[in-house]
Parts: sequence; structure tokens; C-alpha cells
Amino acid sequence: MEKVEDQNPQQEEDQVVNPWEVSAKDGGKIDYDKLIDKFGCQRLDQSFVDRVQRLTSRPPHVFLRRGVFFAHRDFNDILDAYERGQKFYLYTGRGPSSEALHLGHLIPFMFTKYLQDAFKVPLVIQLTDDEKCMWKNLSVEESQRLARENAKDIIACGFDISKTFIFSDFDYVGGAFYKNMVKVAKCVTYNKVVGIFGFTGEDHIGKLSFPPVQAVPSFPSSFPHLFSGKDDLRCLIPCAIDQDPYFRMTRDVAPRIGYHKPALIESLFFPALQGETGKMSASDPNSAIYVTDSAKDIKYKVNKHAFTGGQETIEKHRQYGANLEVDIPIKYLNFFLEDDAELEHIKKEYGAGRMLTGEVKKRLIEVLTEIVERHRRARAAVTDEMVDAFMAVRPLPNMFD
Amino acid sequence: MGYSKDQLLARLKELQIDFSQYEHPVVLTVEAQAKYVGNVGGALSKNLFLKDKKHRYYVVSALADTKVDMKVLSQRLGLGKGGLRMAPEEALGEILKVPLGCVTPFALVNESASHVSLLLDKGFKTQERCIFHPLSNDMSISLNAFGLDKFLKSIGRDPTYIDLEANPPVGKDQPPDLASLVPLGSTVLPDLPEKTPSQDSSGNHPSAGNNSTAVTAKADKPSSAVQNVKEKSVNGVRPSIPSTDAGKFVEELLDRTSTLLLSEISEDSIKRHGGQLGAEVANNIRKCLREDLKNLATIVKNTAYTEGFYAGTHYQPKRL
Repeated sequence: MEKVEDQNPQQEEDQVVNPWEVSAKDGGKIDYDKLIDKFGCQRLDQSFVDRVQRLTSRPPHVFLRRGVFFAHRDFNDILDAYERGQKFYLYTGRGPSSEALHLGHLIPFMFTKYLQDAFKVPLVIQLTDDEKCMWKNLSVEESQRLARENAKDIIACGFDISKTFIFSDFDYVGGAFYKNMVKVAKCVTYNKVVGIFGFTGEDHIGKLSFPPVQAVPSFPSSFPHLFSGKDDLRCLIPCAIDQDPYFRMTRDVAPRIGYHKPALIESLFFPALQGETGKMSASDPNSAIYVTDSAKDIKYKVNKHAFTGGQETIEKHRQYGANLEVDIPIKYLNFFLEDDAELEHIKKEYGAGRMLTGEVKKRLIEVLTEIVERHRRARAAVTDEMVDAFMAVRPLPNMFD
Repeated sequence: MGYSKDQLLARLKELQIDFSQYEHPVVLTVEAQAKYVGNVGGALSKNLFLKDKKHRYYVVSALADTKVDMKVLSQRLGLGKGGLRMAPEEALGEILKVPLGCVTPFALVNESASHVSLLLDKGFKTQERCIFHPLSNDMSISLNAFGLDKFLKSIGRDPTYIDLEANPPVGKDQPPDLASLVPLGSTVLPDLPEKTPSQDSSGNHPSAGNNSTAVTAKADKPSSAVQNVKEKSVNGVRPSIPSTDAGKFVEELLDRTSTLLLSEISEDSIKRHGGQLGAEVANNIRKCLREDLKNLATIVKNTAYTEGFYAGTHYQPKRL
């Protein structure tokens, strides 16, 4: 049975993971095993990765191979159904709180694009401009503007317009979507939502009534222009693990209103440049690599601000090797270096002290620069008309092709 | 010397801007002005001449009863909490070329004020007529905001009306909303003491010994704190696939393939693979280029779809 209730996060639990706050115990690292245990989701083991490879006839994405997407709920059901010829659709989203996106923000989108290509399934992308308007106290216009700007970066990740529907809450909530919101809302008591999300008496009612908005894209009937008549269609949600509470709530409600529970596939958090214990913050541009950074910026940030596990002197380094546990360049390469063999080689040599931090950083700079360059070129090709087209409520007749 | 009142009035007439003029004794405050023109059916304005720490100047022109909070304004401009001060009296004469108590949007007609930023109260737009000094305090003119716009445009200014009473939050995720109104250059006035001698005067500025060209504008880079992130991404980046031109697309694909091909064939690789080099290179090309070329193709597909979508949403149905 799944755990649904959450104790008040302020209780004896030392690490805090929810959609609005992520912090480790005592400024240390996030304990993912504890998290999986507490949330009640499953580890994504190698058998899954192999199965995905078999079913899609292509090499599994680097994030799967490296355990970046490491937890799931009911992913096996999705794969079983897929094997029987039953397709599914993807649902992911972004809270547009700032214009500046960094690589960490792109991770769920990169993975979702792979899933769309590999399984040949449609995708809905939700931009929660209303949520940011409420939580970050932005004006309605500003949050809508940010949603459109972020949409451009999302589109630049390479989604197929004939299979992708992007929508912003301010634009789309209403009609069938809203009907589902009310159905969901009726099933979640005030006490439960406070228990799951930690709301207090000081929080305004907008926040309390927001969770259904993020829940209902999991139900195909929320998109009559796309999935009319396909009430049986399953949904797979790639997201970072801090979003789990929304979908725990959704999965609890779904059977009660006659829908399939959405499946989830969840990722680790992307570490800040200054190390796992550091916080990536929009006000500190040196804590992350932004998609607008120039090659020079990337070189500077990695060289000057990346936290490394190398020893203080070359002699010591040759003797003891690097501490791969805390080394950020190695962690980043784990995310972004495609070649498994090369990564293994670097880890081996660096860990033994034969390779120096400078070399590892140099390789990382190359890899990151290529990614950011490619993204920038794709972003430059995204016009306002293209955003309009992605966001138009229109049929997608070829979405399963 | 700066523009005179008569020159301004003549200019307004030239531009066929509808205005009324009222002469009265010299007034230095809005209250005093109200005594003479408070009942002529126009809204009185209050005008502030402000300066920030980097010697940039601003004219804030608002309806007399609009509340202007300098701290809020300073934050919204991205200058921090205490970044705005009243400009020193000398600056009034040097830059705006008007006497004390005579700050007015019309002063921007002067060359010396070309770097001064103008912030207009959006409340002006809701009034039939608004009252300003026409470069001297012994007269007031009333005109419609539309007329003011016409004048400003004629001197090369883009009128920006803002909600001066708004107090949007400014923080790490909410950039200052008025940052674009901060002047690009800073205005350097030589030999001016920071402190303002507090006596009234009729516009005589201390003899800095310079004429109106004393104002030098340094071509400063806009402060990076308010730099629009969007600008960076658009600067100097050409999409590698210009639109949906099939020819260009194919050239791009062939370019990438041949570059890779050429790099794979060398004396060394020929020796190593001999007759098998062909198969080896073909394999490598697939491996290296597959994802890249797919991405390019997706961009072209998305662009073509968008063009079709645009055409579809703008087509005119056949007339029956």
C-alpha cells in the first residue's frame, strides 16, 4: 500500500523535500534511499533500463544509464501495457519563476524528449504561471510573460510540434480541465492537503487550491481536443523527485474518480557548482551554468567555482587520488558525458590520482559548451509564432506515429 | 543658452498642439501655482528632478496627487533602496536649463538634457488636460497628454507612462520593472559640489565656466544587474538552419557530414583500417551525427509546421 499521508515536515524529519523547498540534513547530502523509503516509491534498477532498451530498439538515454532518473511509480505497468500495444502519453511541466534557465532546469525536458522519440508518444507540458504568480508574488502579466519565455527554451530542447501541446494555466484552465480539477478537489480534505504540503493558517486560499491544477493533466479527459474517447490512456510523468507529493495525492484520488493512476519516473537533484551542499540560486549566477552563458562564462565558472574532490597539491593528489564522492566535475560529467567508456576511464584515472583536476575540468567545459551552444542555436530558431503554434488548442492527428 | 519659453510656445504652435496658456506671478510650488491655475479645468502636475549615485538624471512628472515614493521608485529602477536623490540645484540650471521650481517635461527639449530619463505618470492619460510650466515659472500651459506625446516625439523621445504608485516586489526572481528607463550614459557635471546650497534663485547657476556642452555622456555599459537575460541569448547568434529552405538545410547536413568524413580519413586511419575504412567511417558518422541531425530536422519540421499553422489561422475563407 502506498504512503499518502506525510507528517508535518517540521517533525523529526531532518531533510526537507517538497515542491517549494529542498534541503539536506545539517547541510549535508540528500539521502535518496531515505527519500524513496519515506515517499514510498520504487528504485529504478538495471532490469528496467534493459527492458526499455529492448522495447525501444535504441540505446537507453544517458540519464537512465547513469541513474539520474532513479525512482518510479508503476513504470512497469506502463511498459507492460506498451508491450501489449497500448500507448501512453507524457506529462511534464515547469514553474516559470525566472527568465534565466540553467542546465538543471533542462534535465527533465531532455529526458522527456528522449522518451517522446523512443516510445513515439504525445506530450503535454504545463507551465504553472498561476503557481508562480501566487508563490513568488509576481503580477499576472509577468508570470504569463515568463511562461512564454520559458516555453521558448523548452521548445529548444527539440520537442516534435506534431506531438506536443504546451499550455499555461492562465490560458487553459476551464472547461473539461476545470471539471477534473473540481472532481479531484472534492476528494482531498483540507487536513490532507495541509498534511501533504505543509500549508499553515497563514497561507492564502490560492495556495491551498492549487494542487488540483497540477494533478489533472495526468487524466486524458482534461484534454478533450487531444484524447477524446481515449479515457483509458495511461500517463507517465517524468519529474524531479521533489514533485512527488503532488502525484502521491493524484494517485490516491485517481481510482476514486474512475481514472488510471499516473505513473512517475523521478530524477535526482542537480547539484550546484559549489557542491552538493551548496544551493543553486537564481541570484548567484556562479552557482549554475545558464543556457545563456558564453563559452567564456562556462570556462570561468567551471575553473573558478566548481567544487572539486582533488587534493590540495599535485603530490598529494598523485598519492591519494581524487574524492569522487564530492567532486562536482565528475558529477556533472555523469549527467552529460555520453560515452560510458570515457567516463569510466576518467573516473578511474582521476580517482587513482593519475589524472589531474584541470584535465577533468577541461573535458567538462568542452561537454557543457557543446550542450549550451546547441541549445542556443535551437533557441534562436524559436519564434513567437512557433510558441503560438505549440500552445494552440489544436488536434494532433499524428501524435502516436 | 537653453530654449526660451517663447521658443517653446512657438514650437508647440508649429506642431499644431492644442494648448492654453496662463500668465501669473512667479510661483515656486504646486500650491502656489494652484492659486492661479487650480480652476482652469486642468490637472496640476508635480515635477521632480532626480539623480542617482552614478550621476544619471531623471525627470519624474506626475499628477499633483499621485504619491511618489522615492524608495520604491529607486528599487524599481534597479538602483537599490536609497539610490535616488533630489538633484542639486546646479543641475537644474546646467542640464534642464530651467529655474528652481520649474522642472517640466518640456525642459527635455534642451540638448543638455538628452541623457535625462523621463518618467510620466500614467494618470496623465486619464485627464482632459494637464498643467505644466513652459520653461519658466511665470506661466503655466495646459494640454492633453496626447499633445505632450506629440511634442516629446518631435524631440526624439519615446513617451513612457508608468504607474508611479505601483509597488511591485523586486528580488532575485523579479527584476526591477523600470530598469529599462535608466539612462545609458551618465551625465558628468564638472566642478559641481555635491551639496545643494539651499537658497532660492532664479536659475543662476554657479559659474562652472562652461556652456551647455559641459555635459559629457560616458558610454557606460548598462549595469549588469539589470541586463536583460534575453538580450544575451539573441546577441550575435544565427540559427544554423535559416527558416525552411530545403536547399540550405541540405547544405548544412552535407557540410557536417563532409567535415566529419574528412576528419576521419587520415594517413593514420587508412593504415589502421585499410579496406575496412569505409565501413568504419560510415559507422562513426552515424554514431556521431545521428542526434545532431535529428535535432536539425526537428527544428525544420517545427518551423514548417508553424508556417502552416500561421497560414491556416490567417486564411480567408472562400467567398461563396
